[in-house]
Amino acid sequence: MGAYVIRRLSYGAVVVFGVLFLLFILFFAVTSPDDIARKALGERVPPAVVEQWKVNHGYDKPLFPAPGHWADNMLVEHYRRMLTFDFGRSDADDTPILERIRKGMGPSLALTIPLFVLSVLVAIPLSLLVAFFRETYIDRAGVILAVLAMSVSVLLYIIGAQYLVGKVLHWFPISGFDSDPRVIVRFLALPIMIGVANGLGGDIRFYRTVFLEESNTDYVRTARAKGCGEIRIMSRHVFRNSLIPLLTRIVVAIPFLFTGSLLLESFFGIPGLGAITVDAIQGNDFSVLRTMVYIGSLLFVVGQILTDLSYALVDPRVRLE
Amino acid sequence: MESHLASNGIVAALFLAAGVTVWMVRRSRLWSSAFVSLWRRRRFALLVTGVYVAVALLDSVAWVGGDSLAVDTVARHEARSVIDRVFGGNQEKSYSAPFAEAEFYGGGDLRYPGRHWLGTDMIGRDIFYLTLKGARVALLIGGLTSLIAIPLALLFGISAGYFGGRIDDVVFFLMTTLASMPGLLLLIALIMVMGKSTLAVCVALAVTGWVGFCRVSRGETLKLRELEFVSAARSLGVSEFQIVMRHILPNLMHLVIITFVLMFSGLVLSEAILSWLGIGVDGSWGQMIDQARNELSRDPIVWWNIAASGTALFGLILAVNFVGDALRDVLDPRTIEDER
Repeated sequence: MGAYVIRRLSYGAVVVFGVLFLLFILFFAVTSPDDIARKALGERVPPAVVEQWKVNHGYDKPLFPAPGHWADNMLVEHYRRMLTFDFGRSDADDTPILERIRKGMGPSLALTIPLFVLSVLVAIPLSLLVAFFRETYIDRAGVILAVLAMSVSVLLYIIGAQYLVGKVLHWFPISGFDSDPRVIVRFLALPIMIGVANGLGGDIRFYRTVFLEESNTDYVRTARAKGCGEIRIMSRHVFRNSLIPLLTRIVVAIPFLFTGSLLLESFFGIPGLGAITVDAIQGNDFSVLRTMVYIGSLLFVVGQILTDLSYALVDPRVRLE
Repeated sequence: MESHLASNGIVAALFLAAGVTVWMVRRSRLWSSAFVSLWRRRRFALLVTGVYVAVALLDSVAWVGGDSLAVDTVARHEARSVIDRVFGGNQEKSYSAPFAEAEFYGGGDLRYPGRHWLGTDMIGRDIFYLTLKGARVALLIGGLTSLIAIPLALLFGISAGYFGGRIDDVVFFLMTTLASMPGLLLLIALIMVMGKSTLAVCVALAVTGWVGFCRVSRGETLKLRELEFVSAARSLGVSEFQIVMRHILPNLMHLVIITFVLMFSGLVLSEAILSWLGIGVDGSWGQMIDQARNELSRDPIVWWNIAASGTALFGLILAVNFVGDALRDVLDPRTIEDER
């Protein structure tokens, strides 16, 4: 177990190194610091001002290690800063990035955690139900509804629900945020409902396939032959054995709760990490974007390791060696 | 300025490719029976997809001159497609409702009263015409991206699975690294870095999209490599390249087709999200939906733009999803065995 965890962590570290290298290529080699400066300052700025801006933002070193500056170059600097979480300041408005992330984490989690828990709590019972009635009209209707729900663009869900619930029915405010626990529900209810509805179709289809695959196994047939009730079969034999693919889908998603939801946050004016990212896109803020991709990747690697470890908890066959 | 010639050439190439595909499908009993059972299951979805493809093709064949609808001299010297010639040119000044006789705000006179079946947008462009134009953009996004992503995934997947060893390690590392970066964020970063253009969007979608299929084709190649006909070919002294081309690749073709169709709808939906973020492709349905955000808060509201583009997008994705599901049932050997 210990050896497995160590091996898993070290491969994770190698992947993070790879991610950082790709990010460096993207944000320093493909777009040079000059491009970034031009985008932040505008096209008609004298070269001296561009140089000064590059010095101020730490973009003024040579890109790659070479004789004379093995340690003092952008590549080494990039690794050093990212690995020590010293993200520096935003290209667009000079605010410290770490500070912004810290502030955005709360609103993001307030949105994504209930959204995540609700999605799982709604999707799994529904797909168990659909799988229980397999090859009947309920199953067929369920599958068609799932495909219909999947085919609607998330934009239409957001725009439609915002219009219907917010403007016509006036149940909730259209957008905004207040971290006061008494009113926070009023602001979050609508985005959470939309998020659940948007993911439901794909989730049900996935879980149903998993449950059906498990229903066709020999031990389920044996259980039925020896006279087990259908409900007992579904809960004991099918559900327990489906936990591995279920966990793969669910545990992997947990780290991404921290990066928030790009679309929902910016649509509903929730000042979380997703909204920060959207601002960065609109303001050509490369340093913030770079940091967000890095944090997302870091969280994903952690999520992968968590998933692998969670297998051991639910499946005694998995011996982590 | 000669881009319409390239576009015409691509249409010709597509027809040629379609002809060759039909000929090859008809020669093979396996493929033609798969197509027959697909047609039997999903006739309507196939027809709907066909309509979208037809509109997109009609919008891709373009030539200069001979157009009575062209509004001004500039337009007369531009290449205009069949769709432009039939439905274009009825420009108004501002919003008008579907079938309206007068402008929506202020009630001024229309140039073409009653002719706008789906109304016009803010600068007076006919929504029906724009919706038709969107089909080409959507299919271009799905098609071009798949054309980049699928060969890339096959190349890496087969070489990793077939040769193993170092190559496998490198490909596997590359896949894990790319898969570790959050998809939408990486997509955005790529487009921001490359600049906003149709090609940039497609390349970015391809870079983030090829990993999934690479993993599948690697796994399948690993299985195929151990089969008897491959070892037989190897012991007969067939070259590695020949084995891959003759014995591995044809056995991956059904996965290529399933992946293409299932990937397609995801790509078009991703483009809608990108459009909303302001980095999508010009003229897509996503951009029309994006405009609707402001139109819904007008008073009285303008609903026809989002209704038309949203329905067009939904219809295409739904039809393709249905076709994709049926294709998977028809082509995947595991499900075929279940039916017997």
